[in-house]
Amino acid sequence: MDSSGLGVRRAVGFVAPALVLIGIFLVFPALWTLYIGITNYQLTGPAAANPQVVGLDNVIEAVRDPLFTNSVWLTALFVLFSAVIGQNVLGFVLAWLLRSVSPWLRRTTEGLVLLSWILPSTVVAFLWFAVLSRDTGTLGLLLGSPETSWLVQYPMTSLIIFNVWRGTAFSMLLYTSALAAVPPSQLETARLMGASGWQTVRDVVFPHIRGHVLTNTLLISLWTANDFTPFLLTSGGPNHQSEVLPVLIYRQALEGGQLGYASAMSMLLLVGNLAIALVYLRLLRRRA
Amino acid sequence: MGRTKAFGLLVVCGLLAGCLGQTQTGDQARNADAKEITLTIVANAAVGGKNARGANWIQNWVIPKFTEMQKAKGVTATIKFEQNGTGDEDFKTKVALDLKTGGGGDIVEIDGIWLGEFAQAGQIKPLDEVVGDTGWDGWNQIPKAVQGLGEFDGKRYGVPMGTDGRVLFFNKKLFAQAGLPADWQPRSWQDVLDAGAKLKGVPGVTPIQLNGGSAMGEATTMQGVLPALVGTGKPIYDNGKWQGDSAQLKDVLGLYQKIYGGGLGDPVLQQEANGRQRSFTLFSENRIGILLESDYFWRSVVEPKNGVAKMADRDAAVGWALVPAQRPKAGVGGQDFVSMSGGGVRVINPNTQYPRQAWEFMQFLNSAEAVKESLAGTAQLTQRQDVNDQVLGGDPMLSFIAEEVLPITRYRPGLADYPKVSAALQQATADVVSGRSPDDVAKAYREALVKAVGEQNVG
Repeated sequence: MDSSGLGVRRAVGFVAPALVLIGIFLVFPALWTLYIGITNYQLTGPAAANPQVVGLDNVIEAVRDPLFTNSVWLTALFVLFSAVIGQNVLGFVLAWLLRSVSPWLRRTTEGLVLLSWILPSTVVAFLWFAVLSRDTGTLGLLLGSPETSWLVQYPMTSLIIFNVWRGTAFSMLLYTSALAAVPPSQLETARLMGASGWQTVRDVVFPHIRGHVLTNTLLISLWTANDFTPFLLTSGGPNHQSEVLPVLIYRQALEGGQLGYASAMSMLLLVGNLAIALVYLRLLRRRA
Repeated sequence: MGRTKAFGLLVVCGLLAGCLGQTQTGDQARNADAKEITLTIVANAAVGGKNARGANWIQNWVIPKFTEMQKAKGVTATIKFEQNGTGDEDFKTKVALDLKTGGGGDIVEIDGIWLGEFAQAGQIKPLDEVVGDTGWDGWNQIPKAVQGLGEFDGKRYGVPMGTDGRVLFFNKKLFAQAGLPADWQPRSWQDVLDAGAKLKGVPGVTPIQLNGGSAMGEATTMQGVLPALVGTGKPIYDNGKWQGDSAQLKDVLGLYQKIYGGGLGDPVLQQEANGRQRSFTLFSENRIGILLESDYFWRSVVEPKNGVAKMADRDAAVGWALVPAQRPKAGVGGQDFVSMSGGGVRVINPNTQYPRQAWEFMQFLNSAEAVKESLAGTAQLTQRQDVNDQVLGGDPMLSFIAEEVLPITRYRPGLADYPKVSAALQQATADVVSGRSPDDVAKAYREALVKAVGEQNVG
């Protein structure tokens, strides 16, 4: 069993620093959230001085809260359209098309796509604000309708397009390396047999990269579900129309001061994430 | 591995055991004789940004002057100024988090209406508990009503920074184009709507800006719902209960519907993330006709030199009128005209290292000399009567507030539940602005209110 020959004590010594860090920054905050989630703890007011344990009341209240159900629905839309469909498809298409173009064009395109991924969120949000705002926004001027306030009139659509733009780079990179694993001889054979582009992708490429697709979808779904950047663009507005779960939780906790209630909601988000992860893992295992 | 797990659990449990919501108070005379002190003052003001005048005053006058005074006593004082330039709600969150975690500045400028929540949370404490003896000759100069801004549950928590009053500001240039008089004074809501209908004829102009929606935060409540509500004769907190879906509340929501459903206001603006700031800019660009605001608008927004939306021709172009009640004599107390008032308060952080010196600094900040200096030649309703007597005469708008508005004004109830009620009111206006009917919205508002403050507290 002890293949490295370290002995239990030394092995523990080696992993202890990592475990301590994980304990402090991951396990402890998670447990702390669970604990606050069963209290009526608030940012200010009497319940800030003497919080009471209220058990599962917060969870029950959340499930009945129309703001919460609205938020779950918006988060599902956000994940489905911007990540599962948008980033996935665009990332794959880019990776597929860029295989056969000249290196300089490939590098330039990849560079631009990557740029949108590595810029800090605040900078990106500011740029998009400039593009989408009313009166002097770039998009409004280009389309000749400067009176349109895109983030107010089409909040979810704007967020979805924004997130596709923002996150496609990861899918593109992952699929680029995945496509390299498809044996060129099989692609060549397909070509000789007269297969169309779509047939090649479906019958030759996809079986090879199925695992990559699932892993990629899992990762980007979870990231998108937890993404807080929408707050920088719309703050959840107008009138809760773009209030995805992380934004709702933030607003309830810090703007509304309901720390306990918001913690219960984050626990529900965590449970939702775990459920999604389990589904993907099961799909992956079935393939194996 | 079992041992590591057990150890990990032990650490986690130990950390969990630290209970929520603790605060401690120390000896009021701690460090009273220190020869080297550091004090930090926190304000939602920034040099060259929000409330620039106040920020300049702290940076360029208060800090050098106070440091010098301390030096004369042989004390090396380092005064730091933590500047902020953000929305009031964000600033409140920040201050609450600071105080909660035992951090934050020594002197913090907050909105008077947050006092109740912070006090009930134990994040601020009565002044005499923090600093000991609070004797000060300045108290005689601060009127009782204004002192009340710094009190909660009969105890004094801080020193108010002045007060304000709300009026309807209007653009005289647009009024001339629409054929409305320069000395306009509406006597009912209908008069305001009629003026709006005339302004609608001027191209490119939004007739009325009455703050609505949650994005504007407290500005919706203070510059929208509450002045309208006192105009119906029934304040939001009446006979020990919060107003539910009363006929008066429905009237107020109906007013919003007439403005935003009738093309007299811009519904999109109410929902934008920076709508309030934008409404200021639009007013200064002669694109909004009538706007309900406090004298802050005159002093700090359209002010020609330091305002955030400067209007070079402010004195000639901006007019003001009392906010009318729904109908003559229909206002609270049978009044024809109404207003709401609030104001900031400076509090001392209970966790300060230097309570006595912080109190000394506080007295200095509120001395006649300092208050007068803070005005930088402009006028404002300060906390001090002696300063007001000297400075208000020079400014027609501020004299108007002092003479005409303060006698008829009302203050918000200083209760810890108020911010929740305020949030429910904001949501209600948001719903009306986005097109729902006042009756439906009033019902939803009542439900939200019951959830927030309890059935027994809703009238």
